[in-house]
Amino acid sequence: MAKSSTTFLDFNYLDTLASRNTCISHLDARAKVFVTIIFVITTVSFGKYEVSSLLPLFLFPAVMISLGELPCLYLAKKLLLLLPFAFFVGIFNPLFDTEALLQAGPLVISGGWISFFSIMVRFTLTVGAALILIATTGFGDVCMALEKLGLPQVFAVQLLFLHRYIFVLAEEGTRMLRARELRSFGNRGKELKVFGNIVGHLLLRTWERAQRIHTAMLCRGFRGEFHFMRPLKAGKPEAVFIFGWMAFLILCRIINVPAFIGGIFKEVLR
Amino acid sequence: MSHHIVEIKELQHTYQDGTFALRGVSFTIHHGESVAIVGANGAGKSTLLMHLNGFLAPTAGTVRIGNIPLTKKTLPEVRRTVGMVFQDPDDQLFMPTVYEDVAFGPYNLGLPKDEVDARVEQSLQIVGVEHLKNKPPYRLSNGEKRRVAIASILSMAPDILVMDEPTTGLDPFARRRLIRLMHEFHHTKIITSHDLDMVLDLCERTIVLHEGRVKADGPTLEIFADAALLAECRLEKPLSMQGCPICGSKKRPE
Repeated sequence: MAKSSTTFLDFNYLDTLASRNTCISHLDARAKVFVTIIFVITTVSFGKYEVSSLLPLFLFPAVMISLGELPCLYLAKKLLLLLPFAFFVGIFNPLFDTEALLQAGPLVISGGWISFFSIMVRFTLTVGAALILIATTGFGDVCMALEKLGLPQVFAVQLLFLHRYIFVLAEEGTRMLRARELRSFGNRGKELKVFGNIVGHLLLRTWERAQRIHTAMLCRGFRGEFHFMRPLKAGKPEAVFIFGWMAFLILCRIINVPAFIGGIFKEVLR
Repeated sequence: MSHHIVEIKELQHTYQDGTFALRGVSFTIHHGESVAIVGANGAGKSTLLMHLNGFLAPTAGTVRIGNIPLTKKTLPEVRRTVGMVFQDPDDQLFMPTVYEDVAFGPYNLGLPKDEVDARVEQSLQIVGVEHLKNKPPYRLSNGEKRRVAIASILSMAPDILVMDEPTTGLDPFARRRLIRLMHEFHHTKIITSHDLDMVLDLCERTIVLHEGRVKADGPTLEIFADAALLAECRLEKPLSMQGCPICGSKKRPE
């Protein structure tokens, strides 16, 4: 149990990655957040049977990973952990949408399968981009950038608190589960009811902690407003970063790049 | 200056579920005094502390801090005067980095950025954690967290420091360092603890709470020498006042 909590909530390591010295981590957080948001919007804006036109978008994560010097395998593992969610979202498509869309010799591929693959590709792109954003920027800076970009402060602070206390909560939960494990034998003590008790207890503890935190905040003069103090700098590198990627994304959205390149080859071969 | 006084008169508090936590507590603490509040679990220590900062309203009785009565109107001023260090530093360090956490209070006081910066630097320096400035609080050790929590209070320049069990969960070295650090503070200090050896080191005066009442109030050494009183209040002599377990010598090691 301890293992799953450490692998799942490994923001810690992502933050460590963000604190290194790379040309991407030096960029202003707002620029990275902005480009990532546009990237995600572009990715989901393609039609549901599109697969080939999505492929050039992989350039974005590839460039960010190499410039940000991120560990590819680690990110892939994180993606794989989350993949089942997308899998179950898309897996019913082949059952409902059986109309043949593509035929390669005897192999007939239905629209359902294509939209399923499209969902998987999109999932990889969007979630990958989000992971890369955190690994190059750090969660705290992402929240602050979101606030600067217009997200209401209440939400930004919620996210920050989530990030701050999820470790504390996970630790508390792990301790309780361990305590249960140590006193349960065979299947006894592992019933759903016990699990419910643990979750309920954890909720009450969280409630109490929230009250204590609020007290601590009032103690220090909190009046509903947070002051973030991160030096913000928007210069030439940020402009190049934003306009470069915007141009690329617009190009990908307007032209189906693989089909276009394929067309050129066809012309040449002819 | 003698106006930094904590004056508690006939303080009573009953929780909503009907539990009597305080049944008429009275004492006065003067400027620069270092006072320990000790007592068994459930004696009312935490409830008492919650009144010093206005988090709990008295069922009866009054609380005066620095000659102003504690009311809803005076709450902001009182909270600036009384700096409270919580028992669990995780409750107190909620900002993304140590720096921002220590700056949280001064910013809320409405100080300009330069002044905030100066205060943060100074507070971090006093507790000796300047090197942790940009670290997120969840990556600190327990001892470091405790020091940062103290810095986050010092940055508000309080007159009275209230600490709830400051040495719980610390290793002997971190505990010793913390005690040395607190020796250097010239604030009025109010400390609750079960660590009676620390109390002996730090506080010249001790108030013993028992079942929501003040059972004894006097010089620490005198109170800790009264074995009958301690036993009645479910306490024990500090280890350093007990005899040596090997030779039986009663001499206090220096």
